[in-house]
Amino acid sequence: MAGTSIMETLFQRDLDDLIKGIRQQQIKESLFISKAIEEIRREIKSTDLPTKSAALRKLSYLSSLHGADMSFAAFHAVEVMSSPQFFYKKIGYHAVTQSFNDDTPVILLITNQLRKDLNSSNQFEVSLALECLSRIGNVDLARDLTPEVFTLLSSNAVRVCFKRLVENLESSEPVILSAVVGVFCELCLKDPRSYLPLAPEFYKILVDSKNNWLLIKVLKIFAKLATLEPRLAKRVVEPICEFMRRTEAKSLLFECIRTVLSSLSEYESAVKLAVVKVREFLVDDDPNLKYLGLQALSIIAPKHLWAVLENKDFVIKSLSDGDYNIKLESLRLLMSMVSESNVAEISRVLINYALKSDPEFCNQILGSILSTCCRNLYEVIVDFDWYASLLGEMVRIPHCQKGEEIEHQIIDIAMRVKDVRPALVHVCRNLLIDPALLGNPFLHRILSAAAWVSGEYVEFSRNPFELMEALLQPRTNLLLPSIRAVYVQSVFKVLIFCAHSYLLHKENISSVNTDNLASEVPESVFARMSCENSDLATSEAPASSEQHDSFNPRNINQSFGDLSIENGGDATVSNSQASTSASLGRNSFTHESIVNLFNIVELALGPLSRSHDVEIQERARNVLGFTDLIEQEILNPVVQGEENLARAETEASRVVKLMCDAFSEELGPVSTSAQDRVPVPDGLLLKENLADLETICGDIQLPLSSSFSLSSTPLGEAVDISRTNLQSKDETEPSHESTSLLAEHRKRHGLYYLASEKSEGASNDYPPANDPMSQDKLNDDAEDLLKLTEQSLAPKKKPNQAKPRPVVLKLDGDEISVAAKKPELKDDLLSGVVQDVLLGNDGVPSSSRSNRSENLSGKSKGKEKLSTDLSLETKENVPGEKMPDHVNTSSRRSKHRSHGKERRQKGQGKDGEEKEDNGQKEKRKSNHHRGKHKAHQRADEPLNVVAQTPVIPDFLL
Amino acid sequence: MIKSVMVMNTQGKPRLAKFYDFQPVEKQQELIRSVFGVLCGRADNVSNFVEADSIFGPGTRLVYKHFATLYFVFIFDSSENELAMLDLIQVFVETLDKCFKNLHTILDEIIFGGQVLETSSIEVIKAVEEISKLESASNAIALVSKSVSGWRSR
Repeated sequence: MAGTSIMETLFQRDLDDLIKGIRQQQIKESLFISKAIEEIRREIKSTDLPTKSAALRKLSYLSSLHGADMSFAAFHAVEVMSSPQFFYKKIGYHAVTQSFNDDTPVILLITNQLRKDLNSSNQFEVSLALECLSRIGNVDLARDLTPEVFTLLSSNAVRVCFKRLVENLESSEPVILSAVVGVFCELCLKDPRSYLPLAPEFYKILVDSKNNWLLIKVLKIFAKLATLEPRLAKRVVEPICEFMRRTEAKSLLFECIRTVLSSLSEYESAVKLAVVKVREFLVDDDPNLKYLGLQALSIIAPKHLWAVLENKDFVIKSLSDGDYNIKLESLRLLMSMVSESNVAEISRVLINYALKSDPEFCNQILGSILSTCCRNLYEVIVDFDWYASLLGEMVRIPHCQKGEEIEHQIIDIAMRVKDVRPALVHVCRNLLIDPALLGNPFLHRILSAAAWVSGEYVEFSRNPFELMEALLQPRTNLLLPSIRAVYVQSVFKVLIFCAHSYLLHKENISSVNTDNLASEVPESVFARMSCENSDLATSEAPASSEQHDSFNPRNINQSFGDLSIENGGDATVSNSQASTSASLGRNSFTHESIVNLFNIVELALGPLSRSHDVEIQERARNVLGFTDLIEQEILNPVVQGEENLARAETEASRVVKLMCDAFSEELGPVSTSAQDRVPVPDGLLLKENLADLETICGDIQLPLSSSFSLSSTPLGEAVDISRTNLQSKDETEPSHESTSLLAEHRKRHGLYYLASEKSEGASNDYPPANDPMSQDKLNDDAEDLLKLTEQSLAPKKKPNQAKPRPVVLKLDGDEISVAAKKPELKDDLLSGVVQDVLLGNDGVPSSSRSNRSENLSGKSKGKEKLSTDLSLETKENVPGEKMPDHVNTSSRRSKHRSHGKERRQKGQGKDGEEKEDNGQKEKRKSNHHRGKHKAHQRADEPLNVVAQTPVIPDFLL
Repeated sequence: MIKSVMVMNTQGKPRLAKFYDFQPVEKQQELIRSVFGVLCGRADNVSNFVEADSIFGPGTRLVYKHFATLYFVFIFDSSENELAMLDLIQVFVETLDKCFKNLHTILDEIIFGGQVLETSSIEVIKAVEEISKLESASNAIALVSKSVSGWRSR
């Protein structure tokens, strides 16, 4: 044994060998490492400390740089760290520091060792222990070791230690001071309000210190505190400006700039000075300073946009910088500058950059343009025709991968903005017609949107035939089935539009031939008829079912009336549009062209009707069915007499008109909260019915019991008896009966994990295991069933009784409410946002504007409230600090503390809660700060007394 | 505070990795890899900052410096100044330049639990020398074994 250990010691590879080994074996590194770990696992069990520690050292190395697991060595690490020799101790500490965390089981074993080392006379041992504590400290360690750390705080034995934290704010030794300020900086970031009382000390450091590191930290503290206390801000702004004017250190200068821009932005002169300095950063050759300068600008952009605008040229220039970060930052800044007046200009610049830049940045640019433009319902966009063309342009940028967003926006603006539709249809036509775009899978979604828009708003199309050819071009087979289905649907819409236009065209011609008066009358009659028809059709169509939000037949009638009016209106509108377009020299709806169109459609969709994708297949068949239906009548060469013609056409044109009306129903965007705004009709008790549903569902989950209670009497006991009887039978003799019962049970429950029926043990085992519960459930269920029957009777009665009466009584009121609700419904709920449509060049939706202003006012109110609160607090604060002297210190302290707490979290000023809060806060702190934080919390108390009361009012007032 | 210090070579092999927040080893490896993934794509004459929000979470910053075949990477949060951190890397590298051993000891002298402790490389070297003196004094056997292994490897 001794021999092997000596051998091991002699021939053990130390860390240097290991590293050399790893670096030489570049190829099979993982193999080498796993071998090394095997070796370590053996060596680490050695009783020989040098061997053990060398193994531990190697393991630490492998763990830190090669991700080896070292949790198995936790105990060995504890052993090594308890060695009296510094060399080994250090290895042990290093391993512990690196690998221990709250989940390490042996972590509490090190408490005593830590205590011992914290009390060591050797300063380096103390620092090892402190370092370890700072990294892995948890609540337990902190609780146990705080006294030791405190002792250290009051001694000067160790370099890294400092006297009680706050006293040390006045320390003359720079190292100690910077350590303390560092600690406070961390604490302030987490909870600045608590450290307001220390402001005078920090201020002193700010004014006196010459150490840049220290000043940076203090500035960070003030950046937090100044936002809480305006008077403090007023006080520090001048010294900070002074720093900005004369410091040489860029780091300090930048910190000053950042502090001013983020926390002191109300001080015009300071901001101006800071912006001048930012400019110096921007024009510097050092890319780091450039980057930071841009970052500083983006801090100030929301409050003082002029600062960004002043440096606009530079920002735009930075877009072509070689550094990705700088480019990104300048892009963000540019986007923050976007407003109604310059959106076109900026987008133009950006698109040009996007064309030139690499794919990643190109898509960054496109993404930020898209997101900026659609912000708050396109508030920055005035000229939507321009925006539509911009979207079209984006699609043509080679690297564009923003298909999803562009798709969404195309559809969105088409629905929201009525006036953009002609332009948008034109843009979409250009996209659809380009076969090259079909080759880029990133753009397919955009094409889907384009196809939808051109189909939905086909009346704005300048040449539907061309559109049809685009939709049916052979390369569309590159599209995904779902998108192709959209194409086919659009084909349908275009086809119907063409057929409709053609018929109208013909009618016009014929009506010219006949007597005007004579033709007008039958047409109006016809129109009415078609309207009725369309009503019927839409009432059957699921799309319109949303209109029937109540079961009241009266309501339905009403909505039918509305619909018919609407449809009529729409139809006439579209008619007039169509006719105008037809008369606008689009005399292309000739017989040949229509015949040609039908041929194209049939040719292209024929194969698709056998598609494997159901969506495509179904839609293609729909279209083909339609063409079959009307082809004969529409396409027969018209050589008959006029009466004959009229008769022949009624059928076809009726169908066409019907479809046309169906498609001319406008789709609007639906707000996400739409469902909430649907008024619940009287007599519909949603909650109650749901409660019933619950009991029913509960029942469904246990079909067995329900079947029992159905077959036997609904008395729970009887069921119980029968059940227990069965059970006892099961237990005594697994007869044929029981197995068949089990089979039945299985059929109902679907519990197939049970053993097969043949094995008796299983069938015996099962019922007792399950029984007590099921019996309980049985009882419950029987009761539930009883309840259910009662309840299900009750609500049934209720509506029966309630329905006829209130309806009769509330007729007038009902109507009024319906009348009142109806427009609201239409305006806000379904097409609410459509009504928001940016009419004309107005640019901003009226209601959304009002909403926004409401929001704004709400916000500003909030702010006002906040500021008043603040001033109140500060007012409160003053008397709190100017406490009369006869109050003894302890009570004053407690009062002050609770006061502070109240300030931090109003409404829970109770003492008990306070303590809890304290605990929680401590838990929240990250591990390595626990020790310090705790130390501070205790050290805090005396300080508050000493420091606050006399100084603060003086300082702040 | 400083969250992490990494030293890695231009091939992405880590040479030193220290995390001041506890991270499981797998996570450490992943972080090192993703940092390298960002760094290796950057040219020499660009800024020393990297947007690290996606790697380390929001509010985190990363500065790095590239010396010869090594990247020195500091990761920290909003309570540190970016330019000051760049200076600190400089201090670290300068110190290493003067005595290239005991990396961990040097780093521990500069950063304590994520806080900057010492910014003068002279002070750091002084302390490190004292510590190694202590180490060798406390451990004669270690020296023996070292020399033996040194002999063996020759």
